[in-house]
Amino acid sequence: MDPKTYKFDTLSLHAGYQPSKNAGSRQVPIYQTTSYMFDDVDHAAALFNLERGGHIYSRMSNPTVQVLEERVCALEGGTAALATASGMSAIFLTIMTLCNAGDHMVVSSQLYGGTVNLFRLTLPKFGIKTTFVKPRDTEGFKKAIQPNTKGIFGELVGNPGNELMNMPEVSKIAKDAGIPLIIDSTYQTPYLCRPFEHGADLVVHSLTKWMSGNGSSMAGILVEGGTFNWMQNDKFPNMTEPYEGYHGLSFAEEFGPTAFTMMARAEGMRDMGPCLAPQNAWNILHGIETLSLRMEKHCSNALKMVEYLSNHESVAWVSHASAPGHPDKELAEKILPKGTGSMIAFGIKGGKEAGAAFIDNVKLASHLANVGDARTLVIHPASATHSQMDEATLKFAGLSHDMIRLSVGLEDFEDIVNDFENGFRAAKKPRLVANK
Amino acid sequence: MRFKVRGIDTFASTGGRPFDKNKPLMIFVHGSGLSHMVWVLQTRYFAFRGYSILAIDLPGHGLSSGESLKTIEEMGDWVGDVIDAVGCKEASLVGHSQGCLVTMECAKQHPEKIKTLTLMGGAGAIPLNPELLELAETSNTKAVDLMMDWAHGPAGHFGGHPVPGLYHLNVGSMLVQEKKEIKDTLGVDFRACDNYKNGFEAAKKLDLPTLCILGDADKMCPLKEGKKLADHIKGSEVHVINNCGHMMLLEEADQTLEILKSFIGKHYPLKK
Repeated sequence: MDPKTYKFDTLSLHAGYQPSKNAGSRQVPIYQTTSYMFDDVDHAAALFNLERGGHIYSRMSNPTVQVLEERVCALEGGTAALATASGMSAIFLTIMTLCNAGDHMVVSSQLYGGTVNLFRLTLPKFGIKTTFVKPRDTEGFKKAIQPNTKGIFGELVGNPGNELMNMPEVSKIAKDAGIPLIIDSTYQTPYLCRPFEHGADLVVHSLTKWMSGNGSSMAGILVEGGTFNWMQNDKFPNMTEPYEGYHGLSFAEEFGPTAFTMMARAEGMRDMGPCLAPQNAWNILHGIETLSLRMEKHCSNALKMVEYLSNHESVAWVSHASAPGHPDKELAEKILPKGTGSMIAFGIKGGKEAGAAFIDNVKLASHLANVGDARTLVIHPASATHSQMDEATLKFAGLSHDMIRLSVGLEDFEDIVNDFENGFRAAKKPRLVANK
Repeated sequence: MRFKVRGIDTFASTGGRPFDKNKPLMIFVHGSGLSHMVWVLQTRYFAFRGYSILAIDLPGHGLSSGESLKTIEEMGDWVGDVIDAVGCKEASLVGHSQGCLVTMECAKQHPEKIKTLTLMGGAGAIPLNPELLELAETSNTKAVDLMMDWAHGPAGHFGGHPVPGLYHLNVGSMLVQEKKEIKDTLGVDFRACDNYKNGFEAAKKLDLPTLCILGDADKMCPLKEGKKLADHIKGSEVHVINNCGHMMLLEEADQTLEILKSFIGKHYPLKK
C-alpha cells in the first residue's frame, strides 16, 4: 500500500494548477492585473487581516505567480513558497524577515559575488553583520556562531569554485544552535537535490537559471520546509511575538510550518515590494515543465566537458565535484546522486590574459553574466561577476585570476568542443587586457 | 492562549483577538494528529467579528502539553471541561473528522453546555485501514503520506491553496509531524477512532442545531458515510461541497466559511 501522490515529473507539469478553476484553460493563464475585486466590504476586511486567503494586490500575490510558487514548493517538498523579482531579492527578503538590527549571520564564503556584497556591504547598513566561513570548514561554521546569530546561509555548491558545503553536517550545527539553515539551491534545482531532505530549513533559488532554462526572465523564490520550530527559543521575536502590523498576530502560533513565508509575504512584500511579474512567472513555468529532461542533458554534457578539459594541454586545473580527485567527490555522490550540475570552473594556462583571449574568441559559448541557460555560457569571474571584491576577498572566496566559469549548455557536445578549441588557440597568442 | 484543563497546560488559538469570556464562545476541534493550525481560515474571521474563539490543541497535540487522550469519550468530556476552564457556561462546537466524533460525544455528555454543532468531514464511525493504523502506531512516516493522499481532493493533489504560496499536502504532512512522535499523536488518535463505536448512538441523542459539511471527493470519510451520519441527527442541515476532499476547511476554505457563517448567524448569533 503506497500513497498515490504525484511524483516529480508530473508535479513539474501540473502542480499548483487546476484547469477546471480557470475556464478549462490547459495552459496557466497570465493574470496581467494589478488588483482584484472584493465581494463586499466584509470580504475586503477579511482579506487584509489574513482571515481568509485570496488576492488583494499583485505586489503581495498574483494567481499566475501563485501557480509557480506552489509548483516549486511541491518539487522542493516544502510547505510554502514566495516568488520574488529575482534571486537576490529572495535572499534579501529572507534575511530581512529573519533578522533585526544587531543580529548576525554565519555565511559560506563561496557565493555569487552579488550575494557576497549583500552580506559584506549592504546588510551592515541595516545593522546585520556577517562572519564568512569557507564552505569546507564545517567546524568553522560552529565556531562562528554568536549569541545573536540568527541563521547559517550558503550555496551547496559554491559559486564559482565548486566547493561543497557539507549540508547534512552544517544542518546539525544549526539545529544544535537553534537557528535555521538556509541553502541557495540555484545550482542544483530540486531535480538534483532537495535540501529539506538533508537538513535545510529554508531554500532560496534564482529561478532565472536552470529552473527557467531559457534565459528570458528574472525571478527568485523562497521556499519553507516547515521543519524549523520558531518557538524553541527566544531568538526569533519576528515570528513569535505579537506583530503590530496585523493586530498582534503571532505568525509562529497561527501559521506554524508556514509562518516564515506568511511573514515574508505579509511584511516583506508589503513593505519592500520585490514582486514577480506574472509574465515572468509564466515563462519560468514553461521552463520547469522540462526541468528533469534538461538537467539530465546538462549533467551529461558537463561530465563530458570535465573529461575534455581535464585532458587539455591549455588547462591548468578543473573544478567540478565529479572530477577525479575533487575533495568533495564523495560528499557529492551522497547528496547529489543524479549529478553534480553543469557548472565547471577551470584555470587556463597563461592567466588573466589567456582567459580574456579565450572568452573573446569563443563564438558558440556566450560571454555573459548568467548561468543555467540552455546555451553554454562563459565568463571570467575576477573581471566580471566578482570584480567588486578586493584581492583578499577574492582569495578568501577561492577565486583566481586564471579562472573561467563555464555553464555547460544543451548544445551537441562536439560543437561546444570545436568552439572551445578556437578559444584555446587564441589564448596562446599574447594580447592586451585591462589592469585593475 | 495558554490555560489549565485538568492541570494540563493547554494551548488554544484565539484567532488573533484576546479571549473574552463575555462573548459567545466557539470551540474548534481538530482531526487526528493535527492541531489548531488547520482552522486559521475560519477562526480569525469569527474572532474579529465578536466571538471568542478557542481552536484547541488536544492534550499531547500541537502546543498543548500532556499525553494524547486514548478514547473519543475522554476527549469529548475533556472539551466539556475546556468550557469550564475558561469561565464560560456554553459554547458552539466545530469539529473536523475525528473532531466530529469528539464534539458529538461532548454534546451527548454535556448537552446543557453545547448550543450548536458543526461537523466537517464527519462520519458516525471512522474505522481505520489496519495497515494504516499499524504504520501510525509504529511512527512510520508512510502513515502521514497515506493520510495526506487520502485526505485531499483535487486541490490538494494539484494545487490551488486559498492562501497564495501554500502547498496543501506538505503543510498537512508537517502539521502531523511537528515536534511530536507520530505514534503518540496520530497513532493514538487513529486507534481511538477505530475503537469508537458510539457515533450513531451519540448522533441520535443530539437535540441542537447541527450542520454537516461534506466533500463529494472525500476518501477518508466518504460522502455516503457523512450523509448516513446526518440522517441520524434530528433536523441536521447538510451541505456538500463539490470537487472537494476531506480537508474542506483548507481545500475549500471560502465555501466552508460561508456555510459556517450562515449557520452560526442563524443559530448562534451575536447578542444585540
